[in-house]
Amino acid sequence: MERTKIDLWVGIFVALGVAALLGLAMKVGNLTSNNLGKTYSVSAAFENVGGLKPNAPVKSAGVVVGRVADIKFDSKTYEAIVNINIDQRYAFPKDTFANIYTAGLLGEQYVGLEAGGEDDSLKNGDKITQTQGAVVLEKMISKFLFSKASESESNSEPAAATPEN
Amino acid sequence: MIKSNLIISIAHFLRGIGHRMISRVWRLGAGTRLFLLTIMYSGESFRRFHLTLREIYFTGVMSLLIIIVSAFFVGMVLALQGYNTLQKYGSSEAIGVLVALSLVRELGPVVTALLFAGRAGTAITAEIGLMKTTEQLSAMEMMAVNPIARVVAPRFWAGVISMPILAALFSMVGVLGGYLVAVPLIGVDSGAFWSQMQANVDVRADIVNGVIKSVVFAVACTMIALFEGFDAPPTAEGVSHATTRTVVISSLTVLGLDFVLTSFMMVV
Repeated sequence: MERTKIDLWVGIFVALGVAALLGLAMKVGNLTSNNLGKTYSVSAAFENVGGLKPNAPVKSAGVVVGRVADIKFDSKTYEAIVNINIDQRYAFPKDTFANIYTAGLLGEQYVGLEAGGEDDSLKNGDKITQTQGAVVLEKMISKFLFSKASESESNSEPAAATPEN
Repeated sequence: MIKSNLIISIAHFLRGIGHRMISRVWRLGAGTRLFLLTIMYSGESFRRFHLTLREIYFTGVMSLLIIIVSAFFVGMVLALQGYNTLQKYGSSEAIGVLVALSLVRELGPVVTALLFAGRAGTAITAEIGLMKTTEQLSAMEMMAVNPIARVVAPRFWAGVISMPILAALFSMVGVLGGYLVAVPLIGVDSGAFWSQMQANVDVRADIVNGVIKSVVFAVACTMIALFEGFDAPPTAEGVSHATTRTVVISSLTVLGLDFVLTSFMMVV
């Protein structure tokens, strides 16, 4: 009799452990949210991906429509090739525009898709041609500083300055 | 006369250090041999699984209460302390991520192993030490029963099976404790709590690594407890010293191993 009681308790113990592991995987981890169902793969070449990482979200109008599969470097064009998996339910026109955005000021980076106007939609293996890479903060600051410097130069010698636009 | 006394005492001191070092190395070697013998003779603990089942009951099921209660409080404290700092940066929704990651990656396996060493490891050492003192192990050998197969291996496998289950329970209950403090008590949004957690906790990189950690800790803790019991001098004092050593060595080993494992698992 004593042994069956122990069996019961050990059974409860193991069941609790399995339930805890399942709970961790489902409720705490990203096992469910990572699952996109059927996807199709599209690639895009960016001049700079910044801090984009595999598994980063792909969003359109703020809704997650896919995930970044992998990021490679193309040694011929010196660009980054980003493969993204998009949920089969969502179709995008061929001239869709791909951007790399940052969530918040310092948040993680994600790919933003802006739909174009063409009738044909992207298919598995297609390439998005219109892209804009990540904004690099240092580049922006240096651009800003240079434009400020040239502005003050042109202000001090108005005769030498030739308006470009 | 004074000089020679000094030399003798220095020599005595150095001899003491050497003796201690050699005995440590000897114990390490003997522990490894016991570990290998345990693996070799562990067939019986699966063929006669009720032996292992009984030990799972004593090491695992009986530890449930202490694990669940401490996990609950650890999770609640984590949420309170985390909220204190996170709200300064206006990101109190990230509290779910903080609680879940620290529990799954670190506190779950480590605190479970420390509690396990205190709750079950000492019991194993004292039991085997007393079996040795009362010559039960020698009696088994006289009856051609291998004490490693009959006594050591079932306890080893019981520990290795129990600890990952306890660690998973610890993490899950801790997350629930953190939820209880963060959402009803502090007023963090429930949806943000879970969704941020799910977005940032990876099943393979975080949860599976936590389980691997707890398996390694289980092997270390159980083996240390078994060896200390097996190696204890057969006196009341010897058993008491061995029990103390079990807790001290297990705790230090777990913390050291944790650093090593974490640095291995770090992906740059």
